[in-house]
Amino acid sequence: MKKVGVFVCHCGTNISQTVNCEHLAEVAKDMPGVVFSTEYKYMCSDPGQTMIKKAIEEHNLDRVVVAACSPRMHEATFRKCLSGTDLNPYLLEIANIREQCSWVHSDKNKATAKAEDLISMSVAKALKNESLTPSVIPIHKRALVIGGGIAGIQAALDIADTGYQVDLLEREPSIGGKMAQIDKTFPTMDCSACILTPKMVDASQHPNITIIASSEVEKVEGYVGNFDVTIRRKATCVDPIKCTGCGLCSQKCPAKTDSEFECGMSKRPAIYSPFPQAIPNIPIIDQTACRYFQTGKCKICQRICTADAINFEDQDELVTIRYGAIVVATGYALYDHRDKYGEYGYGQYTDVITGLDFERLVNASGPTMGKIKRPSDGQEPKTVVFIKCVGSRDATKGHEYCSRACCMYTAKHATMVRDKIKDSQAIVFYMDIRTPGKNYEEFYLRAVEEYGVTYVRGRVSRIYMENGKLIIQGEDTILGTQVIVEADMVVLATAMEAQPDATEFARKLGITFDQNNFFNEAHPKLRPVETFAAGIYLAGACQGPKDIPDTVAQAGAAAAKVVALLSKDEMTTEPIIADVNINRCSGCGFCVPVCPYKAISLKTLTERVHGSVAWGPTGREVTRQVAEVNKGLCQGCGACTVNCRASALDLLGFTNEQILAEVDAL
Amino acid sequence: MKYAYYPGCSLSATGLEYNMSSQAVAPHLGIELQELPEWNCCGASSAHLQDHTLALALPARNLAIGEGLGLSLAIPCAACLSRSKATEHAVRSSQETQSLIEALIDRPYTAAYPVKSLLEVFIESSLDILQDKITTPLTGLKAAAYYGCLQARPTDYMDMDDPEKPQTIDIIIEAVGADPVDWAHKTECCGNSHPTSYPKVGGPLVNRILQQAETSGAECIICACPMCFANLDMRQKALGQERDRPFNLPIYYFTQLIGIALGISPKTLGIDKHFVNATELLVQKGFIPKAESSAKGGLA
Repeated sequence: MKKVGVFVCHCGTNISQTVNCEHLAEVAKDMPGVVFSTEYKYMCSDPGQTMIKKAIEEHNLDRVVVAACSPRMHEATFRKCLSGTDLNPYLLEIANIREQCSWVHSDKNKATAKAEDLISMSVAKALKNESLTPSVIPIHKRALVIGGGIAGIQAALDIADTGYQVDLLEREPSIGGKMAQIDKTFPTMDCSACILTPKMVDASQHPNITIIASSEVEKVEGYVGNFDVTIRRKATCVDPIKCTGCGLCSQKCPAKTDSEFECGMSKRPAIYSPFPQAIPNIPIIDQTACRYFQTGKCKICQRICTADAINFEDQDELVTIRYGAIVVATGYALYDHRDKYGEYGYGQYTDVITGLDFERLVNASGPTMGKIKRPSDGQEPKTVVFIKCVGSRDATKGHEYCSRACCMYTAKHATMVRDKIKDSQAIVFYMDIRTPGKNYEEFYLRAVEEYGVTYVRGRVSRIYMENGKLIIQGEDTILGTQVIVEADMVVLATAMEAQPDATEFARKLGITFDQNNFFNEAHPKLRPVETFAAGIYLAGACQGPKDIPDTVAQAGAAAAKVVALLSKDEMTTEPIIADVNINRCSGCGFCVPVCPYKAISLKTLTERVHGSVAWGPTGREVTRQVAEVNKGLCQGCGACTVNCRASALDLLGFTNEQILAEVDAL
Repeated sequence: MKYAYYPGCSLSATGLEYNMSSQAVAPHLGIELQELPEWNCCGASSAHLQDHTLALALPARNLAIGEGLGLSLAIPCAACLSRSKATEHAVRSSQETQSLIEALIDRPYTAAYPVKSLLEVFIESSLDILQDKITTPLTGLKAAAYYGCLQARPTDYMDMDDPEKPQTIDIIIEAVGADPVDWAHKTECCGNSHPTSYPKVGGPLVNRILQQAETSGAECIICACPMCFANLDMRQKALGQERDRPFNLPIYYFTQLIGIALGISPKTLGIDKHFVNATELLVQKGFIPKAESSAKGGLA
C-alpha cells in the first residue's frame, strides 16, 4: 500500500488569499492513498523543506505531493529536498495551485474547489509514479563561439583563459565585428579601435583559441557535451599558411568595388582585407568583384605574390568538429530605412546618412581621414540634424522595441560635430532620452550643457531638398510648434535588428527566437545567457539590442556557463525521456521523423521465439526492427509518444498510465 | 469600362472645370461615366467631425446605389474619395458595422465593387488607348504633379499610390508627352478651407507649395482635387501681391491636360474659367491656336 503525503503551500498570501489552504489540507486527508497532509506559509523555505523531510520519516511516506507554485518554479527545489531522504526525487508530484489557480481566479470558493481537484489529480498520478534514474553523458572539452564581434571575442578569451580550447568562427574575413567600424565609445569617449584591437590580437595569439574566419556553420548535430558541427570554410582563394599578409596584391588589384567596412563611402580592391588591423591579416578574393572570375583574364595578384599564396582553384571546404558547448554571438544588423521611410527620402538624398556611416566619417582611418565631410560634395557640414528612433519604437514602419544604444551614440555624434566643426550646430530630434547606464545621463548632459547640442522633442515628419539644402520639417512638442531647419547633413539613428538569416540559423541550432527574430534566452531574468537547448549559450546583440558594456558583460556570463559545463567530465541528463517498450514496438518508424531532436532511430533486433519447424533447431529466430531512443538527444517533449500507434513509446514521468490516472481522478 | 460617376458637390461649383473635362475626355478613352442617380452629399469635412456613424452612412448610401447598378464608383474629388474609401473599409472590416450601416441607409451594401478615384480609373484603363489618340503631344511642358494630402492617405485603405512619393499624376504627365518636374511638395497640405476662412494660417501653406513649384522650374501645376485646385488657383493674386512679385502658375486638372493632348477645345475643358490665365501658356507652347485664346483669358 503506497503512502502519499500532501503539503499545501500558502506562498505568503499569493495562494492563501484566493484559496483556502487549511481546508485543502483537511480534505486531502481523505483522498485515496493519502496518509498525511499539512499546510505551511512557505513550503519552499528551509523550515518548509524540513517539514517535508520529517513527515517522510515519521509517516513512512513513499510519495510526496506539493501543492504550490508552477513546477517550472520550484520542482527542482523539492526534488532536491527529496534527494536528501530515502525517496527517489521523481516520486514527487507538484500540483500547481498558484499560476493555474490562485493567480487567475478571484472567487475563493470556486478557486478552492479547483485547487482540490488539482491536488486529487496529483495524488492519483503520484500513486503511479516510479523511481527514475538520470543517466550520464560524456562532455567533450572544446567550445565553439559563433561570431567574431566583441561578444564572441570576449567569450572566447574568457573561456580560453580557463584552459579550454575554443574555436572562434567568423563569416567575414576578419574578426572585430561592428565595433571595429565604430570610432569612439560612450560614455568615456575612448577610441573603439584602441580597446578592441588589443583584444583581437589577444584572441589571435592565445594558445587555446583558433580563429576560423571566412567560415559559416553548415550543420549542427548531437547534443550538449557532444555537438558535431559542420563548418563551411568559404573559398577565399588565398592560402592562409603561405600568405605573409604583405598586402601587395591588394595594392595592385585593378578591380574596385564598394567597401563594406566603409559603408560604401570608399572603394576596396577585389582581393582585400576589410581594414588595416584585420585579424587574421590574410586577404581574400571577392569573386563577384574579381576581374579574373568575372572575365577570365587578369591574375595580377597571382603573378606578383612572392609567397605563391593565390589559388584560383580554391573550393569551399566542409569540416566537422566536435564541441561540448556553443556560444552564439552572431550580433545584429542595421535597419534599412531606405525602403520604408519615404518621408526621409527613401535613401535618395546622399547627405542623409546612418549612424554607422557617421562613425566612418569621423574615424581617423575612415574615407575622410576623420574630417567630417558630407558625402555629396565633400563640404564640411555646418548644421547637422540627428533623428533618433528611425525604425525603433515605430511599429508601423519598423520595430516596436527600443534599440537601447541610439540615445547615447547620438549624444556622442552630436558632441563630436560640435567638437570638430567650428561654428557648427548640432540638432537632435528625439522622442525620449533614455540613458540608463553608469555615467550615461552625465554624458548626455555634457552634450547639452558643455557642447551646446540642441535637443528638440518631436518627430521629423519630412526631409526634402531646397536650394541645395536639406530641409527638415518637424515638430517641437514641448513648444507645440512646427519646426523647419535647414541642414547640411542628416544622421539617422537606425534601429538595431536581428540578422537577416537569424531564423534560419536558429533552426540549424535548434534554438528559439522571439517575434523580432532575436534569439530567446531560457528565462528573461534568471537564465539570461542560456537557451532552451542545453549546451548552447547567447552573448551580445543576437539576443536583443545591446551596447558594448552590456555585450561584454553578457559574453563573460556565457563564458562562465560554458566553463562550468566543460569543467565536468560527464553530466547527468534528465531521466524524463521517451522509453520504448520493444515488446509492443512494431518497428513502423513513424516516430523517427516526428522527433524534432533526431533522437530516435530504428535498430534491428534478433530474438528467438517459440515454435519450430521440422528441419530447424528448437525455437525460431526472428529478426525485426524496433525504435531506439538516444538518451542524450531526447528532450522529453513527448511528440513520439502520441504518434505511436502501438503505444510502445511512453514518456517516463508522464506515462499514459500516469496521465490517465489524473484524468480519472477529475 | 463603365463606372458610376459620383461628381459630389464641388464639381458643379468651384470644380466645374473638373467635371467638364472629365466628361469630355472619358468617352475618348473608352471610359463610360454614368452619373450616379439620386446621389447625396458625401459628408466630407463636416460629418466625420460630428458623428462617426453618420460619416459612414452618408457615403454608404451612394455606394449602395452603385452596387445596385453593379458598378464601381469613380470619384473625382479627393475628399469624396477619402470618405467613400473609409466607408468601404469600415464595412469590409466589420460585419457589425455593415449591419448598422445597412439598417441606417435601408438598403443592402456589401462593398462588393471597389471604390475608385477618377485618377485610378484613368491610370488603369486608358493609358494604352491614350498613346494612340494623342494629337497634340505636350512636348516641353514642365509640369509639377500635386497630389495633396488625401490622394494616397491614410495608407490603411488608400492603397493606390505611395503616400510619400506618389507617382500616378506624374505617369499621366509623362503619358501626354510633358515633363514631370521633381519637386518636394507633391503631398504638402494645401490648407483645405483655411486659405479662405483663416488666410493667416492657410495663406503660407499655399505660398510654400507655389514657391516650391516655381523654384523647381515648373510652368504649371497638375492636380486631381477641386479643393487643392481652388486654393492654388484662387490665392495666387493675393500671395503675389504679398511678396511683391506676381505668381503665374496655371493650375490644371489632369483631365484637362489629357483633353488638350487629345485636341479637345480648351473651352470644352473649362480652361477659360480659371482664375490664373491657363490659356496663355498653352498658346505659348503651341498646343492650342492663338484664336481660341482670345475668347477669354482667365478671371484674375
